[in-house]
Amino acid sequence: MKGMDTKSLGLAGLVLLVAAGLPLVSDAYLLSIGVTIAMYTCLATSWALFSGPTHYISLATAAFFGIGTYTTGIGIEHLPYWMLLPIAGVLGAVVAALVGVATLRLSGVYFVIFTLGLAELIRQIITWGQNVSGAKGIYVLTSITEEHIYWQLLGLAALVFLGGFLIWRSRLGFAVRILGDDEDVARHAGIHTARVKVLLFMIPGAVAAITGAMLAPRYVYVEPSIAFTPMLSFQVVIMALLGGTGRLWGPVVGVIPFTLLWEAISGTFPNQTTLLLGLSFLVIVYLLPRGFVGLIEGGRARMRAGGAMA
Amino acid sequence: MTRYLTAASLVALVAGGGAAFAQETLTIGAVGPKTGPLAGGAAVTYWPNVQLWAHDVNEAGGIQVGDTSYMVEIIEYDDQTNPGQTIQAVQRLATQDEADFILPPYSTGLNLAAAPIYDRFGYPQVTSTANTGNVDELSDQFPNLYVTLGAASGMVGGLIDVMTELREAGEIDNTVAMVNVADAFGIELAEEARPLFEEAGFEIVYDSSYPLGTQDLSPVIQGASDANPSSFVAFSYPPDTFALTEQAIIEELDVGVFYTAVATAFPAYGERFGPAANGVMGIGGVNADDAGFQDYVARHLEVTGQAPDSWASPMVYSTFQIYQQAIEGAGSIDRAEVSEYIANNSFDTLIGPIEWDENNNNPAYWTVGQWQDGTYRGIASTGREGEVDPIVKQGWGE
Repeated sequence: MKGMDTKSLGLAGLVLLVAAGLPLVSDAYLLSIGVTIAMYTCLATSWALFSGPTHYISLATAAFFGIGTYTTGIGIEHLPYWMLLPIAGVLGAVVAALVGVATLRLSGVYFVIFTLGLAELIRQIITWGQNVSGAKGIYVLTSITEEHIYWQLLGLAALVFLGGFLIWRSRLGFAVRILGDDEDVARHAGIHTARVKVLLFMIPGAVAAITGAMLAPRYVYVEPSIAFTPMLSFQVVIMALLGGTGRLWGPVVGVIPFTLLWEAISGTFPNQTTLLLGLSFLVIVYLLPRGFVGLIEGGRARMRAGGAMA
Repeated sequence: MTRYLTAASLVALVAGGGAAFAQETLTIGAVGPKTGPLAGGAAVTYWPNVQLWAHDVNEAGGIQVGDTSYMVEIIEYDDQTNPGQTIQAVQRLATQDEADFILPPYSTGLNLAAAPIYDRFGYPQVTSTANTGNVDELSDQFPNLYVTLGAASGMVGGLIDVMTELREAGEIDNTVAMVNVADAFGIELAEEARPLFEEAGFEIVYDSSYPLGTQDLSPVIQGASDANPSSFVAFSYPPDTFALTEQAIIEELDVGVFYTAVATAFPAYGERFGPAANGVMGIGGVNADDAGFQDYVARHLEVTGQAPDSWASPMVYSTFQIYQQAIEGAGSIDRAEVSEYIANNSFDTLIGPIEWDENNNNPAYWTVGQWQDGTYRGIASTGREGEVDPIVKQGWGE
């Protein structure tokens, strides 16, 4: 087991190194796709850390992302950029904890509805704040380039993977797995289920907020409709489920093909993008009910079986 | 990909083989919302102008650069009203499609998200639908970014000048009810208006806001009506512009000035309210009597099957004309030379001459218009020709 851990860590490090070299060899166009992939990798992987084992579908990604975007938008005038990322992370985690305490004792469906409303709630609070204070649109004018954003996102993704790897092997990870299988059993075994869920929910909260904080300089102009777009929450869920949430590397094998497919469709059929995306999603769900993880592991199992017979 | 090569330009292409001029094609990119929250506005103001401009240029034989005439071929992308998609689409145009020029995107947020990409690849970005109060900082960061539509301060200043004029003529008194939609541009306009009203000697007797997307605006109109104002001013967005007017008609709001902001200049507004719209003021305007504008409206109807609005539509078309004139003026399709030409010249466009101030900003724009006998006419501007006198609102009757 120890040997396998070292092997997978080494492999992950190698993949990261190759990915980090992308800006050195690619043109700006590939890089912009790389930014999208890195962004959704952070969001979907951290989402699956919580939603995978607990089966609570969170639609709050846009809320945390927007909190992060506004942290950079408002803070960039007063603080150095590097301080804003941890601040965004803390804010995201705190909001996630508050939401978790309020909703995670309830059954799944209430949680889904609450998280969906959360992005709209925070968006309305910010709009109200702007209306009262008379603040105008927020400009984030920095010298941060696309390459910088890409590398930052990659670093964050590495942290998320490392965090997920460590949690999986910790007491918390063990508790979550039991909880995911049967909450009553977990409670009888002495696991404080509500606390475990809240702790775990703080991870996607913090990661999505930091991701938003990193992307604010890319958008230059921050307004509520840009920062809190509900589409983001749904895309993260779709990508994570497409990949599969049973493995740490599951979401990323959903993010990459989905982003490339999206890009191919928007480039080729600009007038029918949404329609075709919907259709391809239907096809994917029909053909790959367990996501790419299911496909890959099924293939592996077949190969092993074939090898044994031979 | 949607590519416009009209029948006329195809004929010209074939015929061009025998002529003395060489025929080439210029690839022009266009990125804007076809889906998402801003798709409705873009369908009125942006996309029809892309189609019309390409049609007009090709029908006239293309863009003339020395001995060569360039037909334009448009590549359109939908950005889904998502700045991440705008960025990606502009990148795609620059590096994959190798577009010679890229028309400006739609709206303030999407234009500014794309500004670093235009800047990096040296594409001039002459915006037509961006409205920003931060031009000096922006023009430092993005020297190829131009703003033509104007700023909130000018829009509000124009309205208050018109109202002051009516007050001095004894048509209205100094009481104003003011409401705004609680969203970016609505907030900015209201914020500009409060001190300016005060300065001009107006008394704001009712000041309220409503969230974006509010369906029932009758409390807003009732609240304003209870304050018994002489003027009603709403810094509103397209859906609420219609809803507020509807409610004012129902409540028979009795005011001398009735002003709603974005979408008042849409042809749909005049169609919907007919004679009741008479005297309604709105943001932005146009010289409706100008022969060039009337010709533009006719071409717009013929080519796109719909009428343009009377504020941003002609501005969008005018910025497209700037690209054409700059390429011809520079005598080159080299982006650096064309950018240089744009920066150092003024342009004769559909809305009149456009010159840049020190921040690459167009200082002369329409600020207020008014429905008068079924036509939306400009009544105030910061230096445009053809302003007509405002009229006082006389009820909502037939």
